[in-house]
Amino acid sequence: MRLDVKELSFAYQQRTGQGQQKHILQEFQLSVESRERVGLTAPSGFGKTTLCKLIAGYLQPDAGEILLDGKPLSSYRGYCPVQMIWQQPEQAVDPLLRMKDVIAEGDEVEERILAGLGIRTEWGNRFPGELSGGELQRFCIARALGKGTRFLLADEISTMLDLITQSQIWHFLMEETTQRNIGMLVVSHDRELLECVCTRIVEMI
Amino acid sequence: MSEKRVNKGNNIILKIENLQISFTQYERGLKQRTFQTVKGMDLEVSSGELTAVIGASGSGKSLLAHAVMGLLPYNASMSGEMYYCGEKLTKMRQEKLRGNEIVLVPQSLAYLDPLMKIGRQIKKNRKDEKINQRLADIFSRYHLKEEVAKQYPFELSGGMNRRILISTAMIENPRLVIADEPTPGLDLKSAKRVMEHFRELADMGAGVLLITHDLRLAIETADRIIVFHDGRTIDEAVPTDFQAENTLKHAYTKALWRAMPKNGFANESKNTDI
Repeated sequence: MRLDVKELSFAYQQRTGQGQQKHILQEFQLSVESRERVGLTAPSGFGKTTLCKLIAGYLQPDAGEILLDGKPLSSYRGYCPVQMIWQQPEQAVDPLLRMKDVIAEGDEVEERILAGLGIRTEWGNRFPGELSGGELQRFCIARALGKGTRFLLADEISTMLDLITQSQIWHFLMEETTQRNIGMLVVSHDRELLECVCTRIVEMI
Repeated sequence: MSEKRVNKGNNIILKIENLQISFTQYERGLKQRTFQTVKGMDLEVSSGELTAVIGASGSGKSLLAHAVMGLLPYNASMSGEMYYCGEKLTKMRQEKLRGNEIVLVPQSLAYLDPLMKIGRQIKKNRKDEKINQRLADIFSRYHLKEEVAKQYPFELSGGMNRRILISTAMIENPRLVIADEPTPGLDLKSAKRVMEHFRELADMGAGVLLITHDLRLAIETADRIIVFHDGRTIDEAVPTDFQAENTLKHAYTKALWRAMPKNGFANESKNTDI
């Protein structure tokens, strides 16, 4: 499969009248194949997260298209084949749901994935507030790896993890996505990490 | 390590002895269950010193920060001793000192008030000339534009919000700074600038406790690195020890070193049960 981002433009609405509307993305182009892991890097505030939100369908672009195998992503019904993992896991889970219910929000996530990410069974009964940032992020990654996932957008997913856990989780993700032929867009500031996990790196300017 | 720093370091600001924290949880109905997360932490922070604490996710690093600030949730209970400037850190002293002498840079951006404009949030409702000047200084230091003060957190990117969170602590004149993962989501340049700021605070005589898993940043800026694993203090090292694997003492510290992307990105956690 192939994910195409074509001439994507987007501006946030300015609340105050002052200043011109600033385009955070202007005619942005990107293509990702299923077998690829594309790294994306840029300074803070350049629209990396915005790009992920647009591709995953959380925001609507002002202009341009997002195509999955030539068809607009919005024309796919049901579970979205492009899933995003967020930078702040504590803001990406419902604080009133137990973790096993958080996982149930995904698309029939296999037990194997939970084990591979080092999620302990007893954590399923806890609430998000009772887990550390790194433990929560493992749940968020698992939730995004449902059976209908074809592309994965990873927005700084390992900054809250210690080095050993980071390496463990990335090795798992690389193996899992290669096996299931899932394409990845990997956003990170850590150039050394991107060089370890990506097949190519794109710099946003 | 300069001699000057060692001399300054005699003045211990924060001392923690055998800290233990456990949580009580309702299992079903009224049946309760207790689990211990912090099992014995020892730690000292001296004035003029930047001490880094590194450890696995879930090893209790953030809980340590919250314990010092007196911000543990209602279902947590703690034991052990905490001393601030030689005197016991009681609940009353915590409440008096936090926010001015002891400041925390929390880990989660959720600590920002979503309904308050950035400027007011950093100034904590103060409006005098001095505080405005300080805000302007901090903004220029962190490369934030002036209009950011009039915006709300949702209008800023993750990295910008991170700098706002740091600013809320930096606008005070703290003697003890506890920074809980202050740099994720920041590009290397911004992260380095923030670390320089912590370094400056330490050089001016404050004690800085940096809680992080970014070993690379810790090595570059800290004077001492303390390693936590599974709720305990297991190792202490100086940054130069991290130049090679064989100068490190503990097996877990060595595993951390090998897992750095530039040192091979080793995947061995399955064997060591982390």
